[in-house]
Amino acid sequence: MAEAIQQATLDVASIRDDFPILSRTVYGKPLVYLDNAATSQKPRQVISALTEYYEGYNSNVHRGVHALSMEATDRFEEAREKVARFIGASQSEEIIWTRNTTEAINLVAGSWGRANLQPGDEIVTTEMEHHSNLVPWQRVTQERGATLRFLRLGDDGKLDLDEIDSVINERTKLVSIVHASNSLGTINPVKEITARARAVGAAVMIDGAQSVPHMSVDVQDLDCDFLAFSGHKMLGPTGIGVLYAKREVLETMEPFLTGGEMVLSVTLDGATWNDLPMRFEAGTPNIADAIALGAAVDYLDSTGMDNIRRHEVLLTDYAMSRLREIEELVIFGAEAAEDRGGVISFHTSDVHPHDLGTYLDQQGIAVRTGHHCTMPVMQKLGVAATTRASFYLYNTEEEVDHLVDSLKSALRYFGHGSA
Amino acid sequence: MGQPDLDDMYGDKILEHCRSPRFHDKLPDPDASAHTVNPFCGDESDIQIALNAGRIVGVGAQAVGCSINQATTSMLAQAADGVHLDELSDLLDLFRRQMKGEALSEEDQARLGDLTTLSGVLSFPVRIKCTLLSVSAMEDALSTADGG
Repeated sequence: MAEAIQQATLDVASIRDDFPILSRTVYGKPLVYLDNAATSQKPRQVISALTEYYEGYNSNVHRGVHALSMEATDRFEEAREKVARFIGASQSEEIIWTRNTTEAINLVAGSWGRANLQPGDEIVTTEMEHHSNLVPWQRVTQERGATLRFLRLGDDGKLDLDEIDSVINERTKLVSIVHASNSLGTINPVKEITARARAVGAAVMIDGAQSVPHMSVDVQDLDCDFLAFSGHKMLGPTGIGVLYAKREVLETMEPFLTGGEMVLSVTLDGATWNDLPMRFEAGTPNIADAIALGAAVDYLDSTGMDNIRRHEVLLTDYAMSRLREIEELVIFGAEAAEDRGGVISFHTSDVHPHDLGTYLDQQGIAVRTGHHCTMPVMQKLGVAATTRASFYLYNTEEEVDHLVDSLKSALRYFGHGSA
Repeated sequence: MGQPDLDDMYGDKILEHCRSPRFHDKLPDPDASAHTVNPFCGDESDIQIALNAGRIVGVGAQAVGCSINQATTSMLAQAADGVHLDELSDLLDLFRRQMKGEALSEEDQARLGDLTTLSGVLSFPVRIKCTLLSVSAMEDALSTADGG
């Protein structure tokens, strides 16, 4: 039945045809790619955008008066407009190109954080953050004599908001939270948390690395000041990421990196800053990958983010029910597929995740094993590592079946399975 | 890309060491000890040794992590028990040479004992580091030992 709904939601077979890598084999077996939370695969449309740029109009942007430069600048800025529309930003000047989510968060910590934090101030984040939304705040709060506080991770894999009113208080200057957890899959109630932050006058940053690629995200609806995400997790190339920031907030911020492109005029004694968004984009930007990210956004738009989300909820629900067949597995995170992204982390005390990962690799199945850059989450779960399967628009129930069958045979291989 | 055989890596001897790790109890009041962590995977290895006149007279070894790390930690403890510090140091070098893919003489293989079975991991390059975490711990412990 679930299969019938899926058919109606997405034409997965024709989507798969757009991804050349999905037809390759690994050790002679069809590739089953279930490591999408680490990075997604790329459709031909994105790969073509890269080669078209390099073969057709490669040149620097915002500088030359020649045809190639104008063409490159147009396409580069078009991509910025596509991304702005994609996340509901009211203007493309609110889109800053970065290398990835990590760099976007560091930009905010380094520029906004340094300027706005005083001793005694507080930043609030959560116990389920990726290291990229934890370490930059540890550093800037230590530098500024401020305090980092945490919304707790409950045993059900969701944030415990019982203490939200004391944790987010009048000393809070910024609340920075992950929208969807990369290690647990949990989707957090960011609107509710944002509302509390607004009530005390705190700014809000959202780590959208695992949400923007998989569901409809609207920055005006969320009312966040900052949203960070990575191109490579949303069908785009590596090396290009995005910081969205509200224009009125950006206008108060000092540049993060300095040099060419970000200045208006320079003398030997000093410089004045360029307009938005260039003020935050020092040096030659990642032109090709930004343009290709625009192509990825086109692909996602034409597929429909709500369709993608529905497909992933159905597939996750199916995978959860099949994984529950294996008694030895502990599945972490929220029970209901609606409360999570297409990410399932699990553990068995019988076989270590790395042994499991190697076994699955031999079957052509790519999963992630390890701490997923969320060591505090692992400490909370009481494990050093988990095995994680993560889905995207091109994954199928047959692939889930292959995963579950292979897990069962892995448990038998290592001499523990009853399955 | 040829498919390596899983059985090459997970030999019976390796799985047996995982199930029944040797010298697993923590050694109280050791003369030297060390702890290593692989930050990428979170695996850990802990080694304690007791010494008398340059000879290892007591050993404790605890591993957290994958079966390869667990087996290596156990096999190293077994190899260390009762040997002279210099002898153990040579043995660790020999093991490192094996894990670099060097062909060892039959005599050297015999000296490595159970540790030779880990050569099957060479077919899985990404897992070779799993065999070296406890080696680093043992080396760290040796470097702090003064011979007792």
